[in-house]
Amino acid sequence: MIELDDVLVTAYSPDPAGGADHVVRLLGPITLRLTERRIAIVGANGSGKSTLARLLNGLVLPSSGTVRVEGLDTADDGRAVRRRVGFVFTNPDAQIVMPTPLEDVALSLRRLDLLPDERDTAARAALARFGLADRAEAPAHVLSGGQRQLLALASVLAVEPDVLVCDEPTTLLDLRWRTVVDDLLDGLDQQVVVVTHDLDAAARADRVLVVDDGRIVFDGDPAAAVAHYRALMAGSLA
Amino acid sequence: MSTPLRQPWAGPLGLYHPGTSLLHRCPPEAKLAGLAVAGLAVGIARGPVSAVAALVVALVAQLVSRVPWHRTTRGLTATLVAVSFVGLYQWWLRGWAAGLEVVLDIVALVLLATVVTATTRADALLEVLARLARPLRHVGLAPETFALACGLFLRTIPVLVLTSLEARDAARARGLERSPRAVLVPSAVRMVAHARATGDALAARGLGED
Repeated sequence: MIELDDVLVTAYSPDPAGGADHVVRLLGPITLRLTERRIAIVGANGSGKSTLARLLNGLVLPSSGTVRVEGLDTADDGRAVRRRVGFVFTNPDAQIVMPTPLEDVALSLRRLDLLPDERDTAARAALARFGLADRAEAPAHVLSGGQRQLLALASVLAVEPDVLVCDEPTTLLDLRWRTVVDDLLDGLDQQVVVVTHDLDAAARADRVLVVDDGRIVFDGDPAAAVAHYRALMAGSLA
Repeated sequence: MSTPLRQPWAGPLGLYHPGTSLLHRCPPEAKLAGLAVAGLAVGIARGPVSAVAALVVALVAQLVSRVPWHRTTRGLTATLVAVSFVGLYQWWLRGWAAGLEVVLDIVALVLLATVVTATTRADALLEVLARLARPLRHVGLAPETFALACGLFLRTIPVLVLTSLEARDAARARGLERSPRAVLVPSAVRMVAHARATGDALAARGLGED
């Protein structure tokens, strides 16, 4: 279970007039209990949804309040939290840190204290699970965008985290790869929290949070949440 | 007849080529030690004869590795262009023998390093580097972090190349192909952004926290 208690995230912002930096609120205050298996977060660009996602594995720490994953505080037990919560970014290029898929997945597995042969076998199995077995030794930079996103997922899921947080994992993908990634996420055993602009994907979640101006303005049933979000966006254009 | 597009060059180092050659089966420690010895030898030995010998050793290593020539020669072309300037300068300063020695020494070492990385998985290299870096614990640097930094260096080469090519294409599209600033500035900005994003990704994967 993920718990956010009275969480507030603030940041310094430069004064356009050249004066001293001032503090702005990016997110909160938010109190939440996330227990559902599939949770979607939707919101406009700059609304704070990525900040909310990053709070969940300690990439962003709250300025005040607490975020706990299975009772572990992200501020005090960040390392333990990150072992439980995997994170997938929009752009896989930043996430793939080794020259080939096999080596990148093996890098994730280094923290499991496996022997090199066991690590190699586990890495190949993870790649096979994501349909990348025949690309295991190809240069990562020649994979297609969809294959790179699958590799990013394979690298994160190889260590079997309890929770997977994805920040717009399909935004850069075409329809075919979007479907592949969505189906894959739907089939995972883990609790999955997805930040998305894809309202069809959001509608398939168990619970949807709508974020606007750093606040959760709707939390609940997917159909109602998507309708609320559409109305919110239509209103902002009017 | 049409000419097929070639994948962008990914730098002289950093790509493992699967195989079963003697060098593939050789322990990575031995290969790194051999590379270090070769580096010392070409630094100590003087004259074009020793430089030719170093190049012959590198070529033999390349043949033994059975890594396709195009994997290494593509990288060497760019190295040769850069080293030629250094060689010409040395020729003008110290004579033809010194110029030739510098060029052959550097080409031999780059070729040897390419053979080492082409026949050794990055994972195995990280293992060795982490072991070698154990004494760094005494000065507060985690060996795994040091090894990871070396691995990141290898991965960053193709990213840097692709980023520069994209910036060049964008400059061309705007009619700014003659402006170095139109390529260098966006490349630098994007690489800084890439570095920050990579840092976030490493933190998210719990890497480098040991």
